[in-house]
Amino acid sequence: MSEIGDIAAGRLDAALLAANFGDAHPPLSPSQAVVEANRCYFCYDAPCVEACPTGIDIPSFIRKISSANLRGSAQTILEANILGGSCARVCPTEELCERACVHTAQDSKPIQIGALQRHATDWLMERDIAPFERAASTGRRIAVVGAGPAGLACAHGLARHGHDVTIFEARPKPGGLNEYGIAAYKVADDFAQREIDFILSIGGIRIEHGMALGREITLDGLRHDFDAVFLGLGQTAVKALGLDGENVAGVRDAIDFIAELRQAPKDRVAVGRRVVVIGGGNTAIDAATQARRLGAEDVTIVYRRGPQHMTATGEEQAWAQTNNVRIRHWAAPARLIAASHPGMQGPAVTGVEFARTMIDAAGRLALTGDSFVLAADMVLKAIGQSFKADGFVAGLSSEVPALHDGRIVVDRDRRTSLPRVYAGGDCVAGPDLTVAAVQDGKLAAAAIHRQLGG
Amino acid sequence: MADLRSKFAGIASPNPFWLASAPPTDKAYNVARAFKAGWGGVVWKTLGEDPPIVNVSSRYGGIGYNGTRIAGFSNIELITDRPLQVNLDEIKQIKRDWPDRAVVVSLMVPCTEDSWQRILARVEDTGCDGVELNFGCPHGMSERNMGAAVGQVPDYVEMVTRWCKQHTRMPVIVKLTPNVTDILAPAAAARHGGADAVSLINTVTSITGVDLDLMAPEPVVDGLGTHGGYCGPAVKPIALRMVADIARDMPGLPVSGIGGIAFWRDAAEFIALGAGNVQVCTAVMHRGFKIVEDMIDGLANWMDGKGYTTVGDVQGRAVRNYVHWNDLNLNYKIVARIDQSLCIKCGLCHIGCEDTSHQAIAALRVGGERRYEVIDAECVGCNLCYLACPVDGCITMVRQQTTGGVMTWEHHPNNPLRKEQGT
Repeated sequence: MSEIGDIAAGRLDAALLAANFGDAHPPLSPSQAVVEANRCYFCYDAPCVEACPTGIDIPSFIRKISSANLRGSAQTILEANILGGSCARVCPTEELCERACVHTAQDSKPIQIGALQRHATDWLMERDIAPFERAASTGRRIAVVGAGPAGLACAHGLARHGHDVTIFEARPKPGGLNEYGIAAYKVADDFAQREIDFILSIGGIRIEHGMALGREITLDGLRHDFDAVFLGLGQTAVKALGLDGENVAGVRDAIDFIAELRQAPKDRVAVGRRVVVIGGGNTAIDAATQARRLGAEDVTIVYRRGPQHMTATGEEQAWAQTNNVRIRHWAAPARLIAASHPGMQGPAVTGVEFARTMIDAAGRLALTGDSFVLAADMVLKAIGQSFKADGFVAGLSSEVPALHDGRIVVDRDRRTSLPRVYAGGDCVAGPDLTVAAVQDGKLAAAAIHRQLGG
Repeated sequence: MADLRSKFAGIASPNPFWLASAPPTDKAYNVARAFKAGWGGVVWKTLGEDPPIVNVSSRYGGIGYNGTRIAGFSNIELITDRPLQVNLDEIKQIKRDWPDRAVVVSLMVPCTEDSWQRILARVEDTGCDGVELNFGCPHGMSERNMGAAVGQVPDYVEMVTRWCKQHTRMPVIVKLTPNVTDILAPAAAARHGGADAVSLINTVTSITGVDLDLMAPEPVVDGLGTHGGYCGPAVKPIALRMVADIARDMPGLPVSGIGGIAFWRDAAEFIALGAGNVQVCTAVMHRGFKIVEDMIDGLANWMDGKGYTTVGDVQGRAVRNYVHWNDLNLNYKIVARIDQSLCIKCGLCHIGCEDTSHQAIAALRVGGERRYEVIDAECVGCNLCYLACPVDGCITMVRQQTTGGVMTWEHHPNNPLRKEQGT
């Protein structure tokens, strides 16, 4: 094997790969769940509820776990958040409900709200219990664009009211980031698709795949054909490093690497021997940690600011470090180093030169003038994604919703500037969290239902 | 170091911790292990006449609370199911092997003088230190006119106690059932009969729960259940009250305290309310005999800290402060104080007061932050918030200045039958 471009699949045997990509945080046992539930104080005006973007009645669902009323517990969760199962797995609870938990103030040991939520929702889903009934059909038709968390939550809310929903999805599978953008060990055992089956089981929701806004469908067309439209568009644009040679072999977007890991058998996913991940968010963490778990020997995350500035939570950073991922701060990529080797089709990356950074007297990020080089066979770019509004730019649609800072402007009901057009998820302002997307979809569904005379 | 040596009803033991008559004291094997662990004495599981009784399979029920197992415990077991002579031989051997420990033998035979006379002679021959009359067992044996069937009739208590005192030179302890309206009646009867001491409480008649699949009371025996005897931490308050009643109203009668004792602190409370020693069962059935280590040095350390040198120094110290409701000062006023720096914003003080009590704790938002504040004018000093608050020291009950000195109901203006002050 050449020293250059050492990227290969199957670095670990099948058993190790299966273990590395199984459930990273195994579920609570029934008795553990009861012990944990019994720690909950059942607070009045509970701070955890306020901290949950979907406002789940957390004390109630936990009390129902302690009383062995798991069906009631799951119902309480799903009533507020139909994707309660995946939120239990992917929510940054240490920054939301668990940070607000009064136990955090008391003894720094918050109730494991996420784990308990998973306990209750898993119980219900494992039994194929349908917690909600669809109302009699209203004959109203709503188009939802995007089968991610926002679109699915909106579709479910509308279907419950008896409306007929068609979801238009560009990708071959529904789920959005839950299916394509999250580390495999967070949603093991094909959980994302099982949850979607559960959501769709209410009836009245049809998904049409391969349908992208501005390509197969237009906003004008949807507004013409449907009573209302919900735009649950994700972030499809990946930010570039802006360096020469970003197209050389071995340099790729972290989000693509993560998606491949979710769609392909793990032993077919190639990974470098030495991997450098550039970025400071959860995508960087998921890419770096999974690279390690695929068998990369040496994985380094490089972030241009300090640990406190990373959008990855402290828990996520610690998780990466536990997986032997090194995190280097205060360095920005300056140059991609590539080399060719006889027999290779073109140049391949061999390293990245980083410029050391600092905060200058004016409080801005500045270069120190110093630099260092990290050798790499594979460079994963995770410096952020953005919403791409090109699906309904003028020309494709007669009217387009108002944008602000590149995102669709919505009001409290997730109504856009266009009549009967709503939006939510990563295409609107707010935290880019699954749970926030679910809340958008839920609120939009309620508002659409009201607008349709419900 | 405090001296824990105990002398109860003339029976010496190295400490006041005895094992109550129950499964842990049914055999020499268990008792020897208990003594090795440090227990001061045992009351051997109740002996009866041959042929031995037969026990059922499925004997115990338990109540868990908030993840804590066996907060309450019940049994439908009867007295010993081994032949009398086997027990007597073992008792004799145990007393020979452990001469410094108290070995008291619990007895329950039919209510005829002959029966009691016969068994007392054989028990005395073992060299044991005393007998305890089981007038308390509320299940099974009571259906055969023994146990609680005797203990609930003061005349029978007195009669059997008198027989026993006539037919043995050993100290006689009468074990009382709590399943009566007034514990003083059987206690007085025991005293009239010549008892050297009483021990209480025996178990409380109970059904621990219902198996909702089988639709049968627990513990379930082949689809059926029967009432059992309840014990464990849950019954301690019931036992404390009965012990205190006897200590207050029948001074001089030695009391062995029983009921939910698991820690040295429980024992200290029983002793403070008048008990001369204590007996333990449920806690060792849950955790084994080793718990006595903490009971011994925990009690001694606490006594050292308080300057008490003997158990006698502690005994009965709280009895003088155990009064009738009418003796309480109606002019005493406390209100809740919330230490905002410790408050974790759980809101339990507010919701309990708001929903169920006096609307004396306001739920505020100050700059978006939750803040709970006592409304002094509405606070009656009930303690509910103080009890519900999960943070130690966050809520305290603070005495308020009042005028007029002590005012009891006897003299209160609202009492139509009041006495004038000074009368």
